[in-house]
Amino acid sequence: MSEDIEKLYKDMAQSIIDGDSDISVELAQKAIAINMPPLDAITKGFVVGVNYIGDQFGLGEAFLPELVMAGEAMKAAVATLEPELLKLGEARETMGRVVLATVEGDIHEIGKTLVGTMLSASGFEVTDLGVDQPAEKIIGKALEINASIIGLSALLTTTMVRQRELIEELDKENLRPRIKVMVGGAPITRDWATKIKADGTSEDAVGAVKLAKELVGKA
Amino acid sequence: MQPKLTLLSDEIVARILEEAYELLRCPGVKVQNPEARELLASAGAIMYPDNNVVGIPAALVHKALESVPRDFYLYDYDGNPVVHYGGDSVHFDPGSSGIAILNPETLEHDTTETEHLLRLIKVAEQLPQYDAQSTAVICHDVPKDIQDSYRLYLALLYSKKPIVTGAFTNKTVQEMIDMLALFAGSPEAAREKPRAIFDVCPAPPLIWSNFGAGNLIALAKSGIPAEIVSVPLSGAAAPVTMLGTVTQHTAECFAGIVIHQLAQAGSPIVWGGAAAIFDMRKGATPMGAVETAMLDCSYAQVAKTLNMPTHTYLGATDSKLVDAQAGLESGISAMVGALSGINMISGSGMLDFLACHSAEKLVIDAEGIAMAKRMVKGVQQHTDTLATGFYDDKINFKGGDFLKQKITMKLFREEQHLPSSIIDRDSTRVWKEAGSLDAFGRAKLRVKELLASYTRPEIDPAQVERLNAFMLDLSQKAGLEELPRLEEYQTA
Repeated sequence: MSEDIEKLYKDMAQSIIDGDSDISVELAQKAIAINMPPLDAITKGFVVGVNYIGDQFGLGEAFLPELVMAGEAMKAAVATLEPELLKLGEARETMGRVVLATVEGDIHEIGKTLVGTMLSASGFEVTDLGVDQPAEKIIGKALEINASIIGLSALLTTTMVRQRELIEELDKENLRPRIKVMVGGAPITRDWATKIKADGTSEDAVGAVKLAKELVGKA
Repeated sequence: MQPKLTLLSDEIVARILEEAYELLRCPGVKVQNPEARELLASAGAIMYPDNNVVGIPAALVHKALESVPRDFYLYDYDGNPVVHYGGDSVHFDPGSSGIAILNPETLEHDTTETEHLLRLIKVAEQLPQYDAQSTAVICHDVPKDIQDSYRLYLALLYSKKPIVTGAFTNKTVQEMIDMLALFAGSPEAAREKPRAIFDVCPAPPLIWSNFGAGNLIALAKSGIPAEIVSVPLSGAAAPVTMLGTVTQHTAECFAGIVIHQLAQAGSPIVWGGAAAIFDMRKGATPMGAVETAMLDCSYAQVAKTLNMPTHTYLGATDSKLVDAQAGLESGISAMVGALSGINMISGSGMLDFLACHSAEKLVIDAEGIAMAKRMVKGVQQHTDTLATGFYDDKINFKGGDFLKQKITMKLFREEQHLPSSIIDRDSTRVWKEAGSLDAFGRAKLRVKELLASYTRPEIDPAQVERLNAFMLDLSQKAGLEELPRLEEYQTA
């Protein structure tokens, strides 16, 4: 029996590595059918696959479509398991809530969407507000859902200043360090992040997950 | 659809062939090898006894072209057909016979020895862009008499890939043929699945030397493939015009094929060369000149009208360093060669008019080759509808929509060449964190990685023993009692 369970964990991880949502959902259903604790399915099965793809991406061995598909397969598996988790009253330990948005005046979002996918796959609850979002709306949402992190994207040198404005606004309202701010986007450098007093920046989606975990003290 | 580059009209190709036949009759071809002259005389060629010049009638060429194979393969150690000579197949191998190697630290051109050839073989072995090895540099730590056979010996011990090689004398070509037969188990086995091909050079203009013609005859008799490397130099050893040069090249190839097929009809031979223009300022033979690439593209087109397998020398540079000139000359010329559908393109890794080799350049050139091969693969249709099928109900009108499609994961590797760390597509930040390296700096790291990851091929110990005994015998006859020590073949 334990061998069967081991194999199921392995198949779960593999379904994520293969980015196959159909199979990951099927395996999640199987876990429910055999009364496997849903948290075990996530942490001992599916998460292993996400971590593997993340590592491979970091090494340059996996590519963006694989990363995104893994994230999607993970989301689908977790969504299947969630009703069971609720039933058992043992909600998956959330890594924290994150509000993501592209700043006002900027409509670029591929990178931000990737970050959202990877954060969700890694156990964060992500609310993605989309593009062209004014600071007050982003802060309002963060307060509403009690988010611990705001992730701000900007692709243009002309719009990256909006990241600073949002941070200044948070400071004015004394909302930091309760809410941490991650900034990202093509023109964003570590120097810029330091200069505007952001809590951190990352080069890619995998790095963003690492940073977010650090910011919530769960690295 | 494989994209093709052609520079000549059908009418011009027909005139090139016509005038090449005329050149073979008058002035004729100087043939300095007695056996070749006998073969030609008994086949009905016109012999001029005073100056070794032979007039070759078109009928002899037609007959040779009837028997010559249009298509053959080189095989790897495991017996797989790897290099296809024929049609529009495109393969690359490192350049051959360098006498120096770029020292990546001092940037000096060091005289080459065993360790340098092994360095190049080990790097090329792990780069899939190179379908064949070459006997890339001469090892000056062994006597002259065995410098050609010794290179082949090392390639056989350190590689599983097919080998592009060549002999420096009529005596050593036979030794190398014998070495291949011994390694394969028998002359028949060596002929049936040839592992190596030999470059054989006529001398411009219109000369088949004693050595060149002698090599052709020995190779024809053995059935080991020969590759004609005709080297007309526009404006010095060939007419200044490209069309004149290509016509002379055609005549030299015709003469070579006639001698070769007279020695043994049906033996494999390739229409090849290292044509170049002659630089009128420096008196040099620039391999990176665009006209050099144009000459090669043109003679390949002539060969293809005759349905002959093809070879050329491109992908090299005349720069002394692995710099911007090296990159642009090697990349552009490799692309021209690939688009010309040339079966074997030799020259990668080489600097300084083919005199100097560089392992670092070899890894950079591999990226240029990958681009050229991607280009040759062409624009393909993978899906029934070109686009409409991609816009299903999951489209959210967001930039990342297509990253979430299964078909993206399925097809992106086919549509895009995924370059190695040689090609920088990092953000400035990551690039700075990695040391702000240029392509040469990255190539130095990659060569170190490849040398560290190299393991020598598993070769039947009995074959190794036979090969060692054969080489040691040649070496001792040349006055060298012991061969240089080969680290990977020391028993513990």
